[in-house]
Amino acid sequence: MNEILEILSENAKATTSEIAALLGRQQADVAKEIRDLENAGVIRKYITLINWEKLDQSFVFAVLELKVALQRKTGYDAVAERIANFSEVESVRLISGDHDLSVTVRGKSMKDIAYFVAEKIAPLEGVQSTCTHFILRSYKEHGVILTEKQKPQRLVITP
Amino acid sequence: MKQSLKNVTIPAWNAQRHLNQTVKGMPPSGIRRFFDLVSEMEGAISLGVGEPDFVTPWHVREACIYSLESGITHYTSNKGMPELREVISESVSRDLGLTYDPAEQILITTGVSEAVDLAFRATLNPGDEVIVPEPCYVAYTPDILLAGGVARTVPTRLEDEFRLQPEEVAAAVTDKTRALLLSYPNNPTGAIMTRSDLEELADVVVENDLLVISDEVYAKLTYSGSHASFAQLEGMQDRTIILNGLSKSHAMTGWRIGYALGDPALVGAMTKVHQYTMLSAPTMAQVAAVEAMQKGDEEMLHMKHEYNLRRRMFVSGLNRIGLDCFEPRGAFYAFPSVKAWGLSSEEFAERLLREQKVAVVPGSVFGPSGEGLLRCSYATSREELIEALDRIEKFLASL
Repeated sequence: MNEILEILSENAKATTSEIAALLGRQQADVAKEIRDLENAGVIRKYITLINWEKLDQSFVFAVLELKVALQRKTGYDAVAERIANFSEVESVRLISGDHDLSVTVRGKSMKDIAYFVAEKIAPLEGVQSTCTHFILRSYKEHGVILTEKQKPQRLVITP
Repeated sequence: MKQSLKNVTIPAWNAQRHLNQTVKGMPPSGIRRFFDLVSEMEGAISLGVGEPDFVTPWHVREACIYSLESGITHYTSNKGMPELREVISESVSRDLGLTYDPAEQILITTGVSEAVDLAFRATLNPGDEVIVPEPCYVAYTPDILLAGGVARTVPTRLEDEFRLQPEEVAAAVTDKTRALLLSYPNNPTGAIMTRSDLEELADVVVENDLLVISDEVYAKLTYSGSHASFAQLEGMQDRTIILNGLSKSHAMTGWRIGYALGDPALVGAMTKVHQYTMLSAPTMAQVAAVEAMQKGDEEMLHMKHEYNLRRRMFVSGLNRIGLDCFEPRGAFYAFPSVKAWGLSSEEFAERLLREQKVAVVPGSVFGPSGEGLLRCSYATSREELIEALDRIEKFLASL
């Protein structure tokens, strides 16, 4: 794996000078490579992982499983792209198994999401059925365990 | 008639009278004082920890939990679980190209610490001398002393990148010298010995018929080329006892699993001491060690990669702020010099701790040749290392 991407995928805030020091490279080279990766669309966005459950004003998330009629020429793409355009939708994935698309949706309340599904997703041409799973608690996101207790302590000095 | 104790003056209990003289005369580890200082300080960043900051990988912990659920809680054979000896034999054959018979040439110990102790106790007679390169890990000299031997320390120096020089070894040999201790990659210096460095030592070893006791616990953490063992040199396998373990490579310090490899007569003698003192290494930890050695390579390489990133950043950072540091190629320590700043390593470390709350270990703790140097462990998070460099820079500016 590209070493710069490895570092940025762990910490989007890593600066070019930090990355250069970690890799033993010139800062200017690192900056240029990151620009190239951005321009090539490899790096799409620098995001922050937030544990919403720590906040009073939280969001509700749901995973929708959709059965979709395969369309001539466009396959699943046309339906998937239509769904992806809704701002409520966080992710759209084609999956194997009983369903075809897995969609993550974010809303302010369960009602919000229920209406969104009923009004925007279910009626879409090609969508044959929907199954909505509300997320009750998140234990791990993007490789980070959210429920982790305090880090185990080491002795402060050891030989 | 039974004599009554009533009228007899009983002398006050004096525990000192009951102490072994060797133990009594042994100075406590110089690290202890720093430990106490750091412990009472809030918000200190410690670069003084000689163990990985990673927790043991989950699959290893999970394998141990399963073994406990299955009731695998009995003694193992004195030498250790056959599966563990097998997997160690395979791993050593892959890494070093050397064959060790799991039945007679491998002993599982309770940490490498026990293996070091056993090696000395099984081979030294009263007054026998062992050559120990210095600065070195704090346990070797006391262990030699407890085994009835005498430690002859040989200094290593910054200008040689802390590699042991053959002429220094030759000069330290007397007619009582029996063994040479090697400890590379090295704690505290981070130095390594390449194959050609080791080859230069072989003549002195053979001429003086020395046994080589080689503590290679940091072998997997070698950042340039691959680790070289003295046992790999032609004809040297039989006169070398390799000591290794999983503490550093697999982030398993608390599990206490180490092993010794060598000539059946030597390993057999060590096994004899082990069976009368330790009996066997903890069973659950041995089960975990099998899992780690069979399936832990990916996580091990991931940890090594992370140490390597930190090493580059931290060592270049130390040089940038004005602490001269040679490039350590193994373990997870940087060993910068403070000689240009007019303070002893102890003064420097104590003031740095009190004034900027960064804990490092003065090099002098590891022997007189560590004076003027500091051991800084980079087995701590990148954020803490960056913050520590900032604070050290501030401290230097205040001098």
